[in-house]
Amino acid sequence: MADKVHVRTTINGEATEFLCEPRQSLLEVLRDVVGLTGSKEGCNDGNCGACTVLFNGRMVTSCLVLGVEAEGKNVTTIEGIATPAGLHPIQQAFLENAALQCGICTPGFIVAAKALLDREPNPSEQRIRLWLAGNLCRCTGYDKIIRAVMDASKKMQEVKAR
Amino acid sequence: MADVWIPPMMQKLTGGAKRLEVPGASVRQIVFNLGKNYPDILEHLYDPEDDRLRPEIAVVVDGEVSHLGLMEQVKADSEVHFVPAIAGG
Amino acid sequence: MTTTAPAPEYSVIGTRPIRHDGLDKVIGRAKYAADIQMAGLLSAKILRSPHPHARIKSIDTSKAAALPGVRAVITAADIPAVASDRMQDLGETAVRLRFLSSNVLAGNKVLYKGQAVAAVAATSAHIAEEALSLIKVDYEVLPPALNVLDAMKDGAPLLHEDMLMQEFGQRTTKHSNIANHFRFKKGEPADGFKQADVVVEREFNTAAVHQGYIEPHAATANWNVDGKLTIWCSTQGSFNVRSQVATLLKIPESNVKVIPTEIGGGFGGKLGVYLEPVVALLAKKTGHPVKAIMSRTEVFEGTGPTPGSYMKVKMGANKEGRITAAEVSLMFEAGAFPGSPVNAGAMCALACYNLDNAQVDGYDVVVNKQKTAAYRAPGATHAAMAVESVVDELCENLKMDPIDFRILNGVKQGDRRVDGPAFGKVGFMEVLQAAKNHPHWKTPLTGKNRGRGFAAGFWFNAGGPASCYIAMNPDGTVSLIEGAADIGGTRAAIAMQAAEVLGIPADKVTPTVVDTDSIGYTSLTGGSSVAFKGGLAAYEAAQDLKKQLIERAAKIWETTADNVEFEKGEFKLKPSYERKMTFTELAGRLLTTGGPLAGRASVDARGVGPAFAAVIADVEVDPETGKTQVLRATIVQDAGKAIHPSYVEGQMQGGVAQGIGWALNEEYFFTNQGTMANPTFLDYRMPTALDLPMIDTVIVEVANPGHPFGVRGVGEVPIVPPPAAVANAMKRAIGVRMTDLPMSPGAVLAAIQAKGNGKR
Repeated sequence: MADKVHVRTTINGEATEFLCEPRQSLLEVLRDVVGLTGSKEGCNDGNCGACTVLFNGRMVTSCLVLGVEAEGKNVTTIEGIATPAGLHPIQQAFLENAALQCGICTPGFIVAAKALLDREPNPSEQRIRLWLAGNLCRCTGYDKIIRAVMDASKKMQEVKAR
Repeated sequence: MADVWIPPMMQKLTGGAKRLEVPGASVRQIVFNLGKNYPDILEHLYDPEDDRLRPEIAVVVDGEVSHLGLMEQVKADSEVHFVPAIAGG
Repeated sequence: MTTTAPAPEYSVIGTRPIRHDGLDKVIGRAKYAADIQMAGLLSAKILRSPHPHARIKSIDTSKAAALPGVRAVITAADIPAVASDRMQDLGETAVRLRFLSSNVLAGNKVLYKGQAVAAVAATSAHIAEEALSLIKVDYEVLPPALNVLDAMKDGAPLLHEDMLMQEFGQRTTKHSNIANHFRFKKGEPADGFKQADVVVEREFNTAAVHQGYIEPHAATANWNVDGKLTIWCSTQGSFNVRSQVATLLKIPESNVKVIPTEIGGGFGGKLGVYLEPVVALLAKKTGHPVKAIMSRTEVFEGTGPTPGSYMKVKMGANKEGRITAAEVSLMFEAGAFPGSPVNAGAMCALACYNLDNAQVDGYDVVVNKQKTAAYRAPGATHAAMAVESVVDELCENLKMDPIDFRILNGVKQGDRRVDGPAFGKVGFMEVLQAAKNHPHWKTPLTGKNRGRGFAAGFWFNAGGPASCYIAMNPDGTVSLIEGAADIGGTRAAIAMQAAEVLGIPADKVTPTVVDTDSIGYTSLTGGSSVAFKGGLAAYEAAQDLKKQLIERAAKIWETTADNVEFEKGEFKLKPSYERKMTFTELAGRLLTTGGPLAGRASVDARGVGPAFAAVIADVEVDPETGKTQVLRATIVQDAGKAIHPSYVEGQMQGGVAQGIGWALNEEYFFTNQGTMANPTFLDYRMPTALDLPMIDTVIVEVANPGHPFGVRGVGEVPIVPPPAAVANAMKRAIGVRMTDLPMSPGAVLAAIQAKGNGKR
């Protein structure tokens, strides 16, 4: 076993330090070292999207990033999407549109949807389907998830227009 | 008397009878009364080791699968079927 | 959505409140099984068989045990002897103990690639994994029986040398991989076929598919020195886990506490135990809490998919469109141990139709593959693929509309299934009428290589034991305690039924799913039963509480209970109604007027209402690539009563999505050596958002007379029609009748080419 590495990073806006083995994935570090278990492991090979986080604003599956790669980076997890003032509109839309059943894929979907709406505030249904094709949901058939993202997009633009 | 439907694979044990009128106020009584005339069918339906219906078999009384097995009550005009036990997902 | 229901007669039921557990799930705070952390926690990993069929001659764990960081290694020898061949009722499932035990850790034989053989607990998951490579297992490799037809042949390699074939539960003297054969018969099919003007006969094959829940199995155990065992796990049945673990480990059930975590999907795949007994034994051996989490590959290779099958269906109809006879034969791959859902499949196969002459045969066959598990309406989807395809072909030959044909032949109250029992009040006709009237059915489909398909489906639904406890809080809210795992919004569905009785809004009820020490026995989250049986328990508990509240109001007003009326959350003193008290006001006075109040109920829910569904699917097939895209899908389903329509729609849409995956892409792809070649989500391709259209839903509500609000149960039946609906649509799109699942691009292309060559 190699020595642990000291990593300085920013997670959900807070300066964070941790020790990790070079072989540990960012997902493993987030869950087992930092204690942020909102990012889920569904496959550990980048195919289900349940561990989706923002890495310097870019959407990544954290199971395919090494913990040591977080050095000097900015990581946003599901735990960093809401603010003390309240839920993010995407989170609220997921609740109101019943866009979750078991809820295990929900964190990944919400983070991925945020990445989309951050760069494209008004995506089409097809665009949302393409963007979220890397996130698997087995419960909903995606219908209500797509509707929730469209709903959030609409409401975020209404707020902006005010 | 209850109207007891004999499953096709057990009809060889009842001399080909497909339906039998059997007295009894519970599935237990039905099964044992059936067994008086057709001892082989008793062995087929009843698990003496655990004093229960064989676990592979479920009893349907008046259209509903019973959780109670031998304890299920049977009315004079009840219809009784034996079907394979199933579990849902 | 559209709904055929009249204006709501309830104040809570039929509304769409935000689910109680939703917030924790959208902020990442909900705790699933893999999220459990505690001081001193060790990690466990499982060594699995590389062979589909082999005898274990010896296992040497000494090197693994010596690796620094390793705390314990166990094999089947550590499971207290349970060689019993007896069937034992564990929870609601009758289980042959030695089979259950072998599926947890293999004894002297492995029967599928991926079967657990040994387990290691270490200070980290990585060390545990390293240790697995140091365990030496000496296998004597045996020839495998890999598919149902081969395994049924005389002379096939026997998985269980001592297993005798049963005929409807009765042992014969025949040694065979056929564990059980049974037959249902009604009338004389031979006579019925003589009356037929058209007869269609087809054979079908379906590949094994996995439930595909996104959360892998995970379990944590702590074994205290006083013998008390605590297990945290993702399960559809905490009481079932308790029984199975206690029996396998030969300890009293009262020593086992199962704490169900949030569950990240199950669909029938999380009813039984895999990891739980293993982490319990490791916890005992190490004196530490131990956690195990399966990898995705372990989930595919080491848990139970739904079986692969071979099916034959022959049906005849007369010119008027009446089905005159049907013969169905189902052969299901049970996997390594007996117990496929062929019995349920056989009872569902022809359940949509009122038939005078029919016969169904079912064969439960062991093969060297994963022990199959339940998957959403187990067995019914296979059977519907076969029967609904043949019904569609009858319609084609008779030039009849598929819905009209089903209206003519479909079951109504009083009609009998082939296995004998008669239907009570069912809503199949209402479902068919709603489908016929739907804009989707009425709008013509245009375009090349496009087709529209229709199929119907049946599932029994289930009831059973459930418990509920409702305690009043001083602020007028209530705490509702229940025992059934909430996979898809059942906390809300149960809380809403209590709220309806108590005349309070849904958000004034706080539902919590608790551990096995904290609530009375509650049966599995399975069989589409939770909103039905859990709802009934909540209804009864709320009635119990309501009665006590009325008595308390009477006491306060110095009168008797019959002088107090309770309506819409308000207590009123009869006859003048000049004195009134709201639910909240009375709640605030409980402690000073005689003490706190709580309602409770434990029920054995009976009066189950079966479910019917129908699916309309439009597809486009690319003749160049063989790829099929579902353009539009509509599901119509009888829910009895939709408590929370959004989550009923969600169940319907999810079932359709899984059914489409089953139809078009998903399969356990086995090599000739019995290895699953695609045990990752990259290669086992489940539908993504890009693969599916919006899924339109129509909730039909033909109330179940056996439930106070008319609930039937909604979770399972929506998966039943889609594969046949898609196959029927493909026939109309490209003129080829697909009979094997999945109808993947390669298979479709081959079928198109075969048709071009005049073979079909």
